[in-house]
Amino acid sequence: MTTTMTDPTSASDVGPRVLAIPEMCLVVLVGVSGSGKSTFARTHFAPTQVLSSDFCRGLVADDENDQGATPDAFDVLHYIAGKRLAAGRLTVVDATNVQAKARASLVALAREHDVLPVAIVLDVPEKVCVARNAERPDRPFGPGVIRRQAGDLRRGLRGLAREGFRRVHVLRSVDEVAAASVEYTKLFTDLRHETGPFDIIGDVHGCRDELELLLTRLGYDLSRDEAGRPTSARHPAGRRAVFVGDLVDRGPDVPGVLRLAMGMVAEGSGHVVCGNHENKLVRALQGKKVTVSHGLAASLEQLGAEPAAFQAQVTTFCQDLVSHYVFDAGRLVVAHAGLKEAYHGRASARVRSFALYGDTTGETDEYGLPVRHPWAREYRGRATVVYGHTPSPEPEWVNNTLCVDTGCVFGGSLSALRYPERELVAVPAARVYVEPARPLAEPQPADGLVAPEPAPPAGPAPSAPSAEPAGQSADPSSAEALLAAFPPLGPAAPEPGPSLGSQLPLGSQLAPGSELSLGSQPSLARDGQVRARRPGPAGADLLDISDVLGRRFIETRHGGRIQVREENALAALEVMSRFALDPRWLVYLPPTMSPPPTTTLPGLLEHPGEAFAAYRADGVDELVCEEKHMGSRAVVVLCRNADVAAARFGATDGSTGVVHTRTGRPFFPAPAPSTAQPSAAQPLAGQPPAGEPFAGRSLAERMLARLRAAVEDAGLWDELAADWLVLDAEIMPWSAKAGELITRQYAAAGAAARTALPAALDALTAAAGRGIDVADLLGRTQARRDNAEAFTAAYRHYCWPTDGLTGVRIAPFMLLATGRAAGTTYVDRDHRWHLAIADRLAAADPDLVAPTRHILVRAGDPDSIAAGVRWWEDLTAAGGEGMVVKPAAGLARGERGLVQPGVKVRGREYLRIVYGPDYTQPEHLDRLRSRGLGRKRSLAFREYALGLEALERAVAGEPLWRVHECVFAILALESEPVDPRL
Amino acid sequence: MSIAWQNAGVLLTVSTTVRPATDLGFLLHKHPDRAQRFTTAAGPAHVFYPQATEERTTAALLLDIDPVSLVRGRPGSAGRAGGRSGGLGAGAGAATAGVEAHYVDDRPYAASSLLAVALAGVFSTAMAGVCKARPDLAARAIPLEIRIPALPCRGGGGELARRLFAPLGWTVEAVPTPLDPRFPEWGIASHHDVTLTGTVRLADALTQIYVLLPVLDDGKHYYVGPDEADKLVREGARWLGEHPERDLIARRYLAHRRGLASSALARLATVDDVPEDAITTGFEPGLVSADSAPDPAEPGAAPATSPISSTAPTASTAPTAATLATAATLASASTPASASVSEPKPPSLAQSRREAVLGVLRAAGARRVADLGCGDGKLVAELLADVSFTEVIAVDVSHRALELTARRLRLDRMPERVRDRLRLVASSLTYTDARLAGLDAAVLSEVVEHLDPPRLPALAEAVLGAARPRVLVVTTPNVEFNVRYAGLAPGALRHRDHRFEWTRAEFAAWVRGLTETYPYTARVGGVGDADPDLGAPTQLAILERTG
Repeated sequence: MTTTMTDPTSASDVGPRVLAIPEMCLVVLVGVSGSGKSTFARTHFAPTQVLSSDFCRGLVADDENDQGATPDAFDVLHYIAGKRLAAGRLTVVDATNVQAKARASLVALAREHDVLPVAIVLDVPEKVCVARNAERPDRPFGPGVIRRQAGDLRRGLRGLAREGFRRVHVLRSVDEVAAASVEYTKLFTDLRHETGPFDIIGDVHGCRDELELLLTRLGYDLSRDEAGRPTSARHPAGRRAVFVGDLVDRGPDVPGVLRLAMGMVAEGSGHVVCGNHENKLVRALQGKKVTVSHGLAASLEQLGAEPAAFQAQVTTFCQDLVSHYVFDAGRLVVAHAGLKEAYHGRASARVRSFALYGDTTGETDEYGLPVRHPWAREYRGRATVVYGHTPSPEPEWVNNTLCVDTGCVFGGSLSALRYPERELVAVPAARVYVEPARPLAEPQPADGLVAPEPAPPAGPAPSAPSAEPAGQSADPSSAEALLAAFPPLGPAAPEPGPSLGSQLPLGSQLAPGSELSLGSQPSLARDGQVRARRPGPAGADLLDISDVLGRRFIETRHGGRIQVREENALAALEVMSRFALDPRWLVYLPPTMSPPPTTTLPGLLEHPGEAFAAYRADGVDELVCEEKHMGSRAVVVLCRNADVAAARFGATDGSTGVVHTRTGRPFFPAPAPSTAQPSAAQPLAGQPPAGEPFAGRSLAERMLARLRAAVEDAGLWDELAADWLVLDAEIMPWSAKAGELITRQYAAAGAAARTALPAALDALTAAAGRGIDVADLLGRTQARRDNAEAFTAAYRHYCWPTDGLTGVRIAPFMLLATGRAAGTTYVDRDHRWHLAIADRLAAADPDLVAPTRHILVRAGDPDSIAAGVRWWEDLTAAGGEGMVVKPAAGLARGERGLVQPGVKVRGREYLRIVYGPDYTQPEHLDRLRSRGLGRKRSLAFREYALGLEALERAVAGEPLWRVHECVFAILALESEPVDPRL
Repeated sequence: MSIAWQNAGVLLTVSTTVRPATDLGFLLHKHPDRAQRFTTAAGPAHVFYPQATEERTTAALLLDIDPVSLVRGRPGSAGRAGGRSGGLGAGAGAATAGVEAHYVDDRPYAASSLLAVALAGVFSTAMAGVCKARPDLAARAIPLEIRIPALPCRGGGGELARRLFAPLGWTVEAVPTPLDPRFPEWGIASHHDVTLTGTVRLADALTQIYVLLPVLDDGKHYYVGPDEADKLVREGARWLGEHPERDLIARRYLAHRRGLASSALARLATVDDVPEDAITTGFEPGLVSADSAPDPAEPGAAPATSPISSTAPTASTAPTAATLATAATLASASTPASASVSEPKPPSLAQSRREAVLGVLRAAGARRVADLGCGDGKLVAELLADVSFTEVIAVDVSHRALELTARRLRLDRMPERVRDRLRLVASSLTYTDARLAGLDAAVLSEVVEHLDPPRLPALAEAVLGAARPRVLVVTTPNVEFNVRYAGLAPGALRHRDHRFEWTRAEFAAWVRGLTETYPYTARVGGVGDADPDLGAPTQLAILERTG
């Protein structure tokens, strides 16, 4: 074996070799057949980490040595490797890989998944390999094959680094192979062990004064050199500063900023990620040819005045800056221009490019600045991403990402985000150092409007033999004639001449003269502190179909991982899209509730005794029994005023809250779809031109106003430090909401019974009078008539006429959450606390708000149980629906985790509405007793857990999609097949 | 099994004053002095005579149905077991049988198709006009009085009963019943206490009742297949051809098939205390039910509830009596239908709308296009017929609409070359969807008016902000034109699911708002025969991206 080869990376070998490889990488073993790759892989890696070409050959061809199967085998190998790398798992490819072509495809695979490719070469003497192969009967290779492979290897060995391998380890003898060991190294970006707390500082751009001020305000102590220049800073509590990059260029004191930041990094009190300006500065300092922009010129000039040693220091510092950092066990990512989730902790040229420049589309906007794809709007990752690069007057959270560049050098301010507190600290710029190319106040008009390039058509385009594919469109006269009917719409000219339309070519861009103004107008004042919001859904609130569709799993803090089936999601999608309120209002949907185990007491299906016993078995003793109102379930989101509604829930129409049903529909539907009259006022873009608020709103708003007054009177806003609150409630009467159902189903049944059964009784009585034996039938028909009357009496209890709000009552029984700047849930409060709040509201507006009667029952106390049963009997005898039994403590845990939040015990007469007038007939009751409750209980529990999760996420200010996925899941679960009578 | 525990008690009495009236026993083949019990397909039926004298004899048929037998044949009952998987695979079909909501209703007491079935079972010989003992009596018209105390007269009340029975020689007395005397404001029940008096051949009388009961009820409790059409032809042979309401009878008898309603969706309706059929499914449900053909391969998908557009049939969409001879094919024929039953010339407007849209797309040179809110896929079919559209995406939020599209397009037997150009996508226009990004053109035809106005900005953002087609075509009704529709009540909208309908100024204002927010230019116009003052019945806007 020749010895002329040298290891391109390692020095001469002294002692056993330690091969350093990154924790996440693609290891490519290189060596001729028989060089010991598989043994090496077995020794140093887990079996599942190693993908061998031999094994894959076996998978596809039942023969590990079937060379004809090699292309298919490598397809399989690449596929599996791709899946592993996508999941961030170290992967080792055990194949000869002696040909550059084979290696190139693996390097490409690594890059595709943004992991580093590493080569480990097993360069053992050819004769050893020949000998080893000779010992293996399954390898009928002649020495010629080995020789050819060795030749390939030799030719390729020098160029491995050039091929793209970021590390190359060459083991040059059997002994070296045997003695080598593997050591994992962390990626530069991996600071997951650093848990902070951090202060993440936006683009400084040489604004040293403001930086000093900001650090001081953040509590850092600055150290200075003899000239009084700050050389470092340290926080007494050990906080770390993280700079998002762009320390340099544009501003007045680039060297001063660098001196300070470099000192902090050296001292360990600061971290800096690379900005695009540092990147360019390095190349300029290294003497590379770069276009020297105005901003860079400032840096070069200022640094030119510094000593050479300092310049060298700066060059090294900037050269070593890392693309991004992952902190705090992966919960925090800092990158100059942001970073999508797939790139977190990854290493590749495109990751660096994204981190430095953002998701650029290659286009430039009207100001000549690069157009960026709004990656943050699509961001769905769990890690908080903090970045800079794009100045805006006011940082705004978008899907758990925040841009902290507030344009200090442009006269804005220098901002820092305190993490994990999530507080912003800012100092205003002393002056405008540089005029921005784009008005600062303008919220990135192009960002929201530019999507990635259209993907190529999916699927093969059908060839159209002979037919001219675009035959119709080729005729310009038809296009003109068609267009003549559709005159262009001009903002100032409602009725433009039709001739204009016919002159315009279709299929190409319209002539500039006919162009309307596009995008939002950059008309905002420079000093405008309020960032203009585009009408319609803000970018942060945009929901994507992939947030809800397909089979999904949702992690809930109280109920574990909950599955949503695809078909249920589809059903929910239709209801959510076509009937529900704006998702920003939907922070909760109430769960379904199960009855207690079915009783065996004669004449009954449900009885409180079973509920008490069930909770006792779960280890819950203190129970609250609340009367069930037999209205319709409603959730009320109430804001203190329209400004709060606009700021927190994105309401643009002046509404101050919502009242919605169990499926998120407006509780008070539109009285009749109004054909809105043209309003004089110019409507907002995308807004209906109706002058009135959305139909039905007025009744809801009237109820909200009354409730707001009651909350005000009760002093709850201040007591709870809240600007908005969410109530779980029942709205009565049942007929107000379910009127159509009652008349069409229940009343119709009663009415039909009232005519059909007496007529049948008359006929039977007459026949009996003739001596015909119809006694049986007569008896059954009489019972039927009595049951039908009882049925009618049952539903009548829950019906009374209403007119507007007159006659309508609401019984809130739980204050789910409140919020001001931050939110709080009250789901773990004692139910007596909730009911006391409800009582105070009822006292404030007794006409509208109904209290919820309740008693306390101890599940272990027979007297208390008897009192509870009696209470239920009295309630239902008076026509009441029944009661709900809940653990008094609210969120209650038993031995097997969370227990049911409540069970409903319905009255015997009420159940006629559910099970039919004749359900009390003994033969029917017996059949009904076999009803299964398992699914209902499971459903109730899962919906409860999702509802809690939605509330928790909402009050924590999590992105809309995180709240929406829970709410949507509740709706989806509601479409699961469960006996609806339970 | 989900059934309300309601024992049925459905009554029908037949009286005659022919002399001797007791001969009714011979005609009915049931002895006047005995109470008899029969097992019929609808359940146990009892026949007894409250009165049997020479002067007047009355026979009573009383159904005594156990709820368990009632549940048979209902949607969600055993017939649905196993679910079904349409062209789209995933879907509501996976729902298991028997858990759909069933509210207590009037069916156990009202004379419906159940009674018709029992009638045919108990009095089959009498219905055939066969009577060996009294052949003359069976062949001639005799004075009869038939009372049905709870006869459903859906969508027309007592007047409907008169319209159906009077032309057959009956004097019709229909006494309405209040839904609940406690709540007079609720109005009257749909069923009436109906007494028919006339001189009619008994076999004809029974046959007429047999046919017209389900027509009045407008819904059958069992699966309606092509054999039902045969039955109608057979039973109605003697009298239906001349009946002025034959169109209505044919249409209702053959039951607007509800198709493959998503049972999961239906369950969601019950959560909110909404009657199941008050949830409109698909974007144009009226159209869908009139249009879709029963598929014998899918038993059990029986319509139990009345369809949405049950009244006011239009002359052009309903089958005519002349087609009754081939009624068997009628059941599977595809009738051209409009977007809405109330438009005066529905097929032509819907068709010209599609032509206008196609014209714009062709003129724009669009190759990759999406029909957003494709409904049952008529436009999609026309797009596929033109090979210049290399990729056609049919999008709807309703899984059922996509199933209908798949069926209309006969997806399962579509040539691969065509199939490759088509994608069916379940999605919602209030969410962004990467699958719809970067197309040449998108169509929003008769869609926006199905959204609550507060959701329109989300739609605009999803379509113009995220999907960003080069060209967007929008059509929507012109509400000003509505006064031209005779069948439309003043102020009413064209479809019950329309949340609004816009004037031309409102539509133009909305479109202009879009162009001010998004980099698009727009032009607006109309489709259909325009009124000089009111404009065209349909409004159309073309938006073209500038950036």
